[in-house]
Amino acid sequence: MATPSIIGQKNKKGQVYTDPWYMLHEAPRTPSFFTGSEVIKEAIRRASVDVMIAYPITPQSEAAALIGELFAEGYVGDYFRGESEFAVMSECAGAAFGGARVFTTTAGPGTMRAMENFPMWAGSRLPIQMIVTCRGINSPLSIQPDTLEMAYLLQTGMLVWHAETAQDFYDWILKGYMVAEEPDVHLPLALCCDGFFVTHTKDMVELTPADMCLPPYDPYRSPVPCMDMECPPVRMMRDPFVMKSNYISYATHASWQQEVWAAVERSRKHTIAWLDGLIDAENVESDVVIVASGTAVSQGREAVAMLADEGIDVGLVKVKTIRPWPGEEIREATKHAKHIVIPEFNIIGWLAREVKATIPNNERVHAGPHVAGGMTMPPEIIVGEIKSLLGMKVETLATRGS
Amino acid sequence: MIKRRLNIRMSGLGGQGAVTAAHVLAMAAAKDGKYAISNPFFGAEKRMAPAESYCRIGVYRIYDRGELVYPDVIEVFHPQVITMGKSYTMPFYSGIKENGLVIINSEVPLLSDEDVKRLKDLNVAVFYIPGTQIALEIAGTELSTNMTMIGSVAGITKCVSLQALDLALQERFGKKFVASGGTATLDEAIKKKFAKKEMLLKKNLETVTRAYNIAAEWAEKNNVELCVAEASA
Repeated sequence: MATPSIIGQKNKKGQVYTDPWYMLHEAPRTPSFFTGSEVIKEAIRRASVDVMIAYPITPQSEAAALIGELFAEGYVGDYFRGESEFAVMSECAGAAFGGARVFTTTAGPGTMRAMENFPMWAGSRLPIQMIVTCRGINSPLSIQPDTLEMAYLLQTGMLVWHAETAQDFYDWILKGYMVAEEPDVHLPLALCCDGFFVTHTKDMVELTPADMCLPPYDPYRSPVPCMDMECPPVRMMRDPFVMKSNYISYATHASWQQEVWAAVERSRKHTIAWLDGLIDAENVESDVVIVASGTAVSQGREAVAMLADEGIDVGLVKVKTIRPWPGEEIREATKHAKHIVIPEFNIIGWLAREVKATIPNNERVHAGPHVAGGMTMPPEIIVGEIKSLLGMKVETLATRGS
Repeated sequence: MIKRRLNIRMSGLGGQGAVTAAHVLAMAAAKDGKYAISNPFFGAEKRMAPAESYCRIGVYRIYDRGELVYPDVIEVFHPQVITMGKSYTMPFYSGIKENGLVIINSEVPLLSDEDVKRLKDLNVAVFYIPGTQIALEIAGTELSTNMTMIGSVAGITKCVSLQALDLALQERFGKKFVASGGTATLDEAIKKKFAKKEMLLKKNLETVTRAYNIAAEWAEKNNVELCVAEASA
């Protein structure tokens, strides 16, 4: 007997479980002027989330509080506050092991504190979604946007996406579950944005109907049995085959790590379909191409427009996913470029490092401009660096105005 | 001067509602059919500490966000922004564009001779408005000072209409609003000052309108013409 589809049925709030592709690509949209935090709430309203675990840290606290409102309204199965970010991420693992669709949000020092859990999530194949609203992590304290923490997430085995705008956030939260929960992927997703620039910024966002929601998570689509600490079939702590010092345990562990990274690679095809490619490339026939992710893309767009007003033609590549890494796409998009300019909101330039490791003739990469610790990147700075690269005279920015 | 985009920097102190002002202004611009984006910039939320917010309004899609380094308009919500340097930049008008506008909430002039000269060299108009006095007089609370700052910039630049401001205020104060703890506390404080929510909305709009009219009259008298192109342009 065929299993009846849940599509078309209603949840307890009266929302209709809707085919996700229809909901996100064809359903009518309503423009709304919202902050990024409000947009996170609206996406979760439609995401059939079973468990959300919260812990306050700026700039994600507002979103976490708003999802508490959703729980009060009955849109989220369970919601509670953990004891710390480490506890939150561990509790998220517990909920996901138990078969729940799990959501959480964190930022900066919170991400760092919880770090031990992320490779554990990936290794346990838990499709948890974590919003990372990037902020400064170093001392002296900063609560302002700085994307350094993303560099630490890149080797965890998680999927790592970098949203530019609140619109990306809205769509990618919903699409993120669709990709992460595929049986051949089944990995956690760190959906990152630059804090404040997205979370606290009001922008126009097109929302899908509030009476449509994603079908619930189906834990039977998990490709691995639940890894319980004490009970068969795995008994990780009681019967720890991977904790013995012998060749089989090493080989098991190594092959499992390979499998996790293979799953990241397998997410590529689903991500390309849902996000319409891992990158967006515009005007890349130009001599100068900006490659950026997150807010740096927005600032890059403004710089491209300002340079166009002066008759200078510049291309733009928006990198949407950092894991999986769109190496092939970036090689193709930058093949004509003489100068590849990579503006970043962090001091180390991790995006530039990734690009340099990917493309031929990487001396074409200009790593910068960089701002850090919460500084803004006015498009004028990008314009200035590009003009300098082209050997043009640049007005000193500091002398303007005052 | 008709601009395709107007960049407004609001420099205030924590608790004055500069963040709310930028959001309300941007919401109103969106209701007028313009493109707008607004964001705040502050450290740990603290009353009387410097707090800035930014509102960009234009006739095309705006991507730029973050601190507004080169504003067309600067609004000073509190004299201490100038007198005690409670500003993110020194001087507070750093980066202002030529032919720009500075709006200051003060009954008395606050600028030094040097400041006056430098702003004059850039052809920047300076408008003083006793915003806190107007707020106390009409709304009966200084918490409505931000309404006078919204009214001032709208009155001079016509960047948003009064009708749109009315709608934006209803959206912001007419329903439950969840933001930070500090914002929630201030929301509660101002609601307690009015018997009914309708009264809060009415008084806020009256405060906006009074400032709008004063500012519009000043702009006309002094030939200050700084505005955003119409949405259809």
